[in-house]
Amino acid sequence: MSSELRSDPRAAEVIGAACPLPIRERDVVVLGHGSGGRLGAELVERLILPSLANPTLAELDDQAVVELEGGRVAFTTDSFVVTPIFFPGGDIGELAVNGTINDLAVGGARPIALSLAFILEEGFPLADLRRVLASVHAAANRAGVPIVTGDTKVVGNGSGDGIFINTSGIGVVPPGIELGSARVRPGDAVLVSGPIGEHGIAVLASREGLELGGDLRSDTAPLHGLVHALLEACPAVHAMRDPTRGGIAATLVEIASRRSVGIDVDEAAVPIQSDVRGACEILGLDPWFVANEGRLIAFVPEEHAETALAALRAHPQGRRAARIGTVTREHPGVVVAHTPLGSKRVVDLPFHEPLPRIC
Amino acid sequence: MKYVDEYRDPEVARCILDRIRAVTTRPAVIMEVCGGQTHSIVRHGLDRLLPESIELVHGPGCPVCVTALETIDRAHAIAQTPDVVFTSFGDMLRVPGSRDDLLGLKARGADVRVVYSPLDAVRIAEREPKKRVVFFGIGFETTAPANAMALREAKRKKLTNFSMLASHVLVPPVIASILQAEGNRVMAFLGPGHVCAVTGYRAYESLVRRYKTPIVITGFEPVDILEGVLMTVLQLERGRAVVENQYVRGVQPEGNPIARELVEETFEVTDRNWRGIGAIPKSGLRIRWEYREHDAERIFDVGDVVTQERPECISGQILRGRKKPCDCPAFGKECTPRTPLGATMVSAEGACAAYYAHGRRRGGDAAAPPPPSRRPS
Repeated sequence: MSSELRSDPRAAEVIGAACPLPIRERDVVVLGHGSGGRLGAELVERLILPSLANPTLAELDDQAVVELEGGRVAFTTDSFVVTPIFFPGGDIGELAVNGTINDLAVGGARPIALSLAFILEEGFPLADLRRVLASVHAAANRAGVPIVTGDTKVVGNGSGDGIFINTSGIGVVPPGIELGSARVRPGDAVLVSGPIGEHGIAVLASREGLELGGDLRSDTAPLHGLVHALLEACPAVHAMRDPTRGGIAATLVEIASRRSVGIDVDEAAVPIQSDVRGACEILGLDPWFVANEGRLIAFVPEEHAETALAALRAHPQGRRAARIGTVTREHPGVVVAHTPLGSKRVVDLPFHEPLPRIC
Repeated sequence: MKYVDEYRDPEVARCILDRIRAVTTRPAVIMEVCGGQTHSIVRHGLDRLLPESIELVHGPGCPVCVTALETIDRAHAIAQTPDVVFTSFGDMLRVPGSRDDLLGLKARGADVRVVYSPLDAVRIAEREPKKRVVFFGIGFETTAPANAMALREAKRKKLTNFSMLASHVLVPPVIASILQAEGNRVMAFLGPGHVCAVTGYRAYESLVRRYKTPIVITGFEPVDILEGVLMTVLQLERGRAVVENQYVRGVQPEGNPIARELVEETFEVTDRNWRGIGAIPKSGLRIRWEYREHDAERIFDVGDVVTQERPECISGQILRGRKKPCDCPAFGKECTPRTPLGATMVSAEGACAAYYAHGRRRGGDAAAPPPPSRRPS
């Protein structure tokens, strides 16, 4: 815990109140909440610590000390700036926890501990912060991964967008698990763990107030359970990715170009919910380029493809897993989509974030 | 998904392709007018499924592409005016003017916002009465009714802080201009389905009579486009030239009378410059005098706009169907979606941008069909 968050040990005494009462006289974040003074201490003592309740965090030391058992350490960090912060199917807090767990999980790591750092804008409602913290806590509990250290800064009105979150995470990669895009080989089957594009479309629809009908919800979820089930059944998996920003297209194009392999994708095999398809049709977006927050793509040797697919489908988060393509020696560096009509096209990255077309 | 899946059915597509192959005896150059059709053709690789003697050339129907450079520069000047909220559909944000694009202006502090409907811009004007809200109203006859509705709403609500920079273009005059041009190769058109859903297709009947060129009003899904090609080829093979309507689920002969009336009330026909093509008489719509309080062109005096196009760009010839993107020496080299030199690369639906996005580069691409000798007969 950095010094900005450490409380004045006398604070609770002076204030003379027990947690988790609301912070006195304030219902929004003020600059003082980021200072080393009493308000900062109140924020930590009365809001953050009670919301996250875990003994390591409660020590409020400058660092968390975590026991690690055998294996290599995986370490990742990610920042979350999503707008709106609450959207159908999740919120920024849940996203931050799941996103960091997923970055560890797709490397084959068992998540051990997370950090949580807020950058709050002056004027951000404390009620919203409380809601985000509750969501962080629930997500961390559900995943069984504690938040062990954190930080809070406050920036002036107009210098932020309400709330930004950075989370880092450490995990342990058990001996024998070797995953990485360098291991992707021609002949590998490409699997996806479920329907794509749900997070990006849910957030976009919510942000823009689009009434698209249907039940568009973010797919945000921790993937380590699904990864564990897959690796148990099929340790031969070569690589995994969680296709977040840029969607499955960005992930596939990146692997094809960095590893100089071709990837053939069967367009008809890519699972897409009809709500998402409909929204993409209306908005002129390609679901392959839309973000996911609870899906993984796995590269598996051909001979293990069926086993891996069965393992994914046997897990509640992978029921609609599908094999979508094959890595090939042909057209190195290029992803080629095979359309149901029998034609082919190159899939390439757009230069910018996709924007809805005019007509 | 209803209304989509049945028009992407591989079996139906295959049947139509078989029929096209069976009836085709001579070369045909067919232009699809709409950018949406071009996008669909390239995305689904439809041109590569057709017999080699049928060539699809890509028309001028991407409104983002053909919006005149001076209009875009004018938009940029307005967007940089103090207290202006400049609203636009998303795909206009990246279109470069002579010096910059709207995304660049936004990054440097201009208040540029993406909206999904011109009525959203009207709502912003209501919510923020101290701001001057401008909507960038471009497009073909398709987007004109919604823009007309926004103008009418603004007038009704007396929102003097709402205006529109309108630069609509019309399809029939540009078809006539393509057919009149020297060296024209286009033998038939897939007509613009969405445009005709608004306007109907009576205006196309006089074009067909005058130029003896078939026009088949066509939809946007693969089966629509292949059926449109089949209907066009049948006309060419039989020496006929009439207007036919493939897109019957969307287009009535008289179009949408309510939409037409709205457009008639708020807009009037004017001469218009087309990016890449040049001036075409009576090829655009401008805001009527009665709505002048909401006409950004009249309200904002941004001085003379001096524009300069890149001379190496061949988009004018591409938009008229004389050349393909891969014929351009700059395509994929100096000219990419990141650094577009001209009209057909600036929007995702422009022919050059569609070719680029789907990996169709000079000298072939990974998804190209094998050479003819290896193709199954």
